[in-house]
Amino acid sequence: MSKVLFVEPEKCTGCRSCELICSFVHTEEFNPLRSRISIVAFEKTGFSFPAVCQQCSVAACMEVCPVGAISVDAATGAKIVNHSTCLRCKMCTIACPFGATFYDADHDLIIKCDLCGGDPECVKYCPSNAISYREAKSANFNKRRETAQKFREVMEEGR
Amino acid sequence: MFAWMGNILRVNLTAGTVVAEPLNKEYAEKFIGARGLGTKYFVEEVDASVDPLSPENKIVFMTGPLTGTFAGSAGRYNVVTKGPLNGTIAASNSGGTFGPELKYAGWDGIIFEGRSPNPVYLWIHNNEVKLCPADELWGQDVYAATDLLKAATDEEAKVACIGPAGENLVKFACIMNEYHRAAGRSGVGAVMGSKNLKAIVVRGTGSVMVKDPQAFIEAAKDARRKLHEHPVTGEGLGAYGTNILVNILNEHGGLPVKNFSEAAVFPNAEKISGEYQAEKYLVRNKGCFGCCIGCGRVTDIPKGPFKSAGEGPEYEATWTFGSNLNIDDFEAICKANFLCNELGLDPITLGGTIACATEMMEKGIIPRTAAPLRWGDGAVLVDMVTKTAYREGFGDELAEGSYRLAEKYGYPEYSMTAKKQEMPAYDPRGQQGIGLNYATSNRGGCHVRGYMTSPEVLGIPEKVDPDATEGKAALLKAFQDLTGLVDSAGVCLFVTFAIGLPEIAAQLRTATGLDISDDEYYQVGDRIWNLERLFNLRAGFSKQDDTLPPRLLNEPMKDGPHKGRVVELDVMLPEYYSLRGWDEEGVPTPEKLQELGLA
Repeated sequence: MSKVLFVEPEKCTGCRSCELICSFVHTEEFNPLRSRISIVAFEKTGFSFPAVCQQCSVAACMEVCPVGAISVDAATGAKIVNHSTCLRCKMCTIACPFGATFYDADHDLIIKCDLCGGDPECVKYCPSNAISYREAKSANFNKRRETAQKFREVMEEGR
Repeated sequence: MFAWMGNILRVNLTAGTVVAEPLNKEYAEKFIGARGLGTKYFVEEVDASVDPLSPENKIVFMTGPLTGTFAGSAGRYNVVTKGPLNGTIAASNSGGTFGPELKYAGWDGIIFEGRSPNPVYLWIHNNEVKLCPADELWGQDVYAATDLLKAATDEEAKVACIGPAGENLVKFACIMNEYHRAAGRSGVGAVMGSKNLKAIVVRGTGSVMVKDPQAFIEAAKDARRKLHEHPVTGEGLGAYGTNILVNILNEHGGLPVKNFSEAAVFPNAEKISGEYQAEKYLVRNKGCFGCCIGCGRVTDIPKGPFKSAGEGPEYEATWTFGSNLNIDDFEAICKANFLCNELGLDPITLGGTIACATEMMEKGIIPRTAAPLRWGDGAVLVDMVTKTAYREGFGDELAEGSYRLAEKYGYPEYSMTAKKQEMPAYDPRGQQGIGLNYATSNRGGCHVRGYMTSPEVLGIPEKVDPDATEGKAALLKAFQDLTGLVDSAGVCLFVTFAIGLPEIAAQLRTATGLDISDDEYYQVGDRIWNLERLFNLRAGFSKQDDTLPPRLLNEPMKDGPHKGRVVELDVMLPEYYSLRGWDEEGVPTPEKLQELGLA
């Protein structure tokens, strides 16, 4: 069954541990700009949003690529960039609706999440469990249950 | 170099020049980073007799080698200067993302010299660095200035700035970064104000490299695993923030009440506790950069006279505006705390100063016409925060800190300070070791130089009798020295609840390649402690200053688990000097300095 990287921004503390481990496993360096996942921080109000490739089924990055440099990893469904055929034309970075595919100017590379081959490191080191790797079919069932739970409490209190 | 960026920025504000220079490798290997390295640069360049608010004083911002790496909770930087509150060496530590961002821009630290003729800010965009006019920012509070600076530079930039308190040279003004994090103590913000330096804005897009990536990542993962598994760092601090300590210290009988004048037990502690905060006002948890603990709180007071929102309050602020002023209204405490962030004030010293003034007013020493201070009044507290930042009315007297205030009215003994800096939220009559720490701390009243509450109250790494004096000198020395290393590595002191020297040394060794033994890493803390001590001695401090207010030495605790206790400082201090390798006057011996490479 296919799995998805599922983010829950309301749980994110904005610590950016995910960026550090992602940057490290892909480059052996610590640099948030080389991380495939990015925390978008609203510093003043303390809200943080983990932005990462959603591995769209109809992937704009893939469709727009003029040389077919982005392909699907059959095991994980991840959209993978082939750096040897990639032209660095950056059309994919324009096409991605989330800004989750981007260009590393220092190293002349197109960068996006590859799901670490099916064992995402960011998931392992997120201290608040704001990122998880779940079965696609039931990824957001916890939210459904939480809402139902709240509803049940209200209704039972009302009796 | 690895982990260190190898570059220092030197900014002469008088001349308006910015120069890059290579990091002094010899300093780095002996003093590591942040607090230690910043202090080494500072003491080599500044005469100890300097007036803290004169152009001759310098202010150093320094990161540690682990800052910005995957090491457990490595988001820290230090600000080192001579502090205007009390004239000791000041090293004020802050988290957030400012420190890491400075490293990603390619710099280990910044040394500011002189005084700018006009308000300026420093804009660092990787290796493009310039001083920019800040005339229109002067007078803006921290939130507004940060908004304006991000808009003028880069939305992703990190801003460290002062508020009106720093501009108005309030003696305990702090430096705020990313709106809510503070280099809080010793008045480092006033030094920035005296230099007409409003802010430092940094955007970095580079990398921090480590010497042995695989060995380092294993060491960092080991540290993170231990932090995750420990009940304090993996559970308590995340669930309730530092305010988890309110109920713990209250049950211990060590939560100071009304300027330490009453038994350290606050009847309404529950109403200002971390548990209460989480239940009623918590929006979400917040972590500094790379932190797996996440003790930060985003708190919202949705309505009422104290409607406000922000990060915090931390335990110290909750106490200083809470039981220390006999206030049990958590909403008023929050409002006062958020105002401190906005205006750039250290809550510990502000609350301590208001408590001192309130007690003196109750005793008829300060006339009631000066200000409407009274115990338990949240509205007056909130009013005094603003008045202090702008030095309006009685706020102008509060802005000098409790020691100068109490001395002015002829009763310095009502100032609950050590070396003229206000003590934090632990009554030392309930903890002999923290008393010895306050008396010997190189920046005066302070809990984060040797956190003896850990063994004496929390039982970490193991429980010791809080009322005993025996063994406290040795234990305190160990805490102070390890803290020096941790503060210099660039990691948060809170990691020491779960990890110790082996884990810190392993991360430093694999990151920097500085292949020295654990014992030699540990000795770095001792070296820093003595370097700070030597500066203070040159600045005019002596054995007479290694003391506590007479109240804590002579007036027995009135009630609670430590009823009848005073701090037995005279029992512990000689032993402490001896263990430190200092003579009877508290001066490091030539042999000790030789041993530490400080001769």
